[in-house]
Amino acid sequence: MLRSIRLARYVFAVPLLLVLSACEAPPVETEQLGFRGTGMQQVTNLNRAAAEEAGAKLVPDPLPVFGTTGPRAGDVYQNVQVLGDLPVPQFTRLMQAMTAWVSPEEGCAYCHTNGEAMSSDSAYTKVVARRMLQMNLAINASWSDHVGDTGVTCYTCHRGNNVPQYGWYIDAETAGPPKALGNRAGQNRPAPEVAYSSLPADPFSTYLDAKENIRVIGENPLPIKEQTGASILETEQTYGLMMHISDSLGVNCTFCHNSRAFGVWEESSPVRTTAWYGIRLVRDLNAEYVSSLAGVMPDKRLGAMGDVKKVSCMTCHQGAPKPLNGASMLADYPELSASR
Amino acid sequence: MAEYQNIFNRAQVRGPAYVGVDLPMGDEVRSGGTTFSYWMGKIGDAQVGPIYLGWLGVASLVCGFIAFEIIGLYMFASVDWDLQQFIRQLFWLALEPPPPKYGLSIPPLAEGGWWLMAGFFLTTSLLLWWARSYRRARALGMGTHVAWAFASAIWLYLVLGFIRPVLMGSWSEAVPFGIFPHLDWTAAFSIRYGNLFYNPFHMLSIAFLYGATLLFAMHGATILAVSRFGGDREVSQIVDRGTAAERAALFWRWTMGFNATMESIHRWAWWFAVLCPLTGGIGILLTGTAVDNWFLWGVKHGLAPAYPMGTEPAVDPSLGAR
Repeated sequence: MLRSIRLARYVFAVPLLLVLSACEAPPVETEQLGFRGTGMQQVTNLNRAAAEEAGAKLVPDPLPVFGTTGPRAGDVYQNVQVLGDLPVPQFTRLMQAMTAWVSPEEGCAYCHTNGEAMSSDSAYTKVVARRMLQMNLAINASWSDHVGDTGVTCYTCHRGNNVPQYGWYIDAETAGPPKALGNRAGQNRPAPEVAYSSLPADPFSTYLDAKENIRVIGENPLPIKEQTGASILETEQTYGLMMHISDSLGVNCTFCHNSRAFGVWEESSPVRTTAWYGIRLVRDLNAEYVSSLAGVMPDKRLGAMGDVKKVSCMTCHQGAPKPLNGASMLADYPELSASR
Repeated sequence: MAEYQNIFNRAQVRGPAYVGVDLPMGDEVRSGGTTFSYWMGKIGDAQVGPIYLGWLGVASLVCGFIAFEIIGLYMFASVDWDLQQFIRQLFWLALEPPPPKYGLSIPPLAEGGWWLMAGFFLTTSLLLWWARSYRRARALGMGTHVAWAFASAIWLYLVLGFIRPVLMGSWSEAVPFGIFPHLDWTAAFSIRYGNLFYNPFHMLSIAFLYGATLLFAMHGATILAVSRFGGDREVSQIVDRGTAAERAALFWRWTMGFNATMESIHRWAWWFAVLCPLTGGIGILLTGTAVDNWFLWGVKHGLAPAYPMGTEPAVDPSLGAR
């Protein structure tokens, strides 16, 4: 009798532990973001937030300013296609900062091949760096709807890495021909891109490269005759993109949406507008800047489908509602800002 | 001794196995012998068997097995027959319906053909099992309440996987087979159609779901509470009310002014349980076919109240354009 009770304890305790192992340890803090009772709230796990803050690389100290006057870089150096109007001391300081942000190990030689003139474009990395610099300037100049006055620098995404840690390649399983047996059609696997849900794992090709319609929710109470609304599959793709945004920003759905009516703008919080511009920003960056480098990048930088690593929300945000917790580096590097 | 005299007790009395009443002419014989299980006796009757399978039961099990194998082997193939990954990813794996481009046509095997086949065999299995539950009840001279309650669940299953997809003109509208994937389908379905919580039939279904559990809790508790007075013989007390039935009735009249009877409580429970999938099925059937956005429908009919926004509301940056 006693033995069977002991056995029964294990029978219940083991599955209970397994179930609980999927939970996060408390404490959890809930911040109200909207009208009471509407569930508009942000849930933060304090343990995780503290660990992330402690582990996160802080914004690096700004380099000392050498001077803000001098001959124009474009007059002194050859083949300066971007920022040639900067005074040489400012230009050189930015080059040093870029080295610290992007290739701290490799140094200047990462882009300027040793033994060759500084003006040489023989290293693919230099061609990429130039394009990325143009991109950085364009973001700060044209996308204040998303980046505000905070703006971005190379460090926002690179954080000391040659290639930003987060980004995406076209998913071979989604793009390739269907497998004869056990075709998953690019979903139903624990995919980190969509926060380990079983949703379609590559919403990026559809929405952040191609500009497919993200809005799937019916816009009228009743169906319109002769008009086909979005399918459940399209809805799951949009859902996958939203899971990616939620995961990238470390926020709940209710950070932007009122969950009783996801599609209705009048019910949403104002940051949804910021996110809308963010999606357009990412599309623009992928089309105008990143994908254009496909011919420049060596094979080791390409994905399974021969494409360049492209931008997603995670590329900059890296788990925070505002990248680098909202810290702006533009005051220290005014040459990158829109007001330059 | 007092415990033994109550038929709700933990003592297991072993008599000779009871093989059941004679079957009508033309029925198969019951298969399998009888055995006694101590552990089955913990949760029900300790006597196991004999079972009546018949051709309906055999055909249903065969079809069910085929469906189970198609789904399971498809999932196994999707992880390239890697047993470790099959176990690790099991909750994520699925057999998906065809993509929207195939409409209601028969798709290639790799793109939903297997889903259509698994669905056919699973449906056949369920319908055969339903016929079996009807026939076995009749063979025992019982009413067919169990079969019709089961039919209510089959109705919801058919609406989700067959009737609504046919009305929408696409198999892709149906539910995938898989643990997380079918939950993702559920969430996506509600989001696509503007929040299912504003669907009145969904509301009814939830009311009957919670209502059924509440009624079951009330009824189970009442009978257990009066079993010491013989309340466990509840059915005979429908016609011969004893002290147990009187006390149970009095308890509810005292606490809420009204009581069900030993007979009516079972009708309450049956109807609540049956109406849960019945109304739910109607709600699913109307979604996408008759209503495209339940929230907007709710606003139109004064069902969804307007709340003040805590912050300034967002403005659609696309300004009406898609």
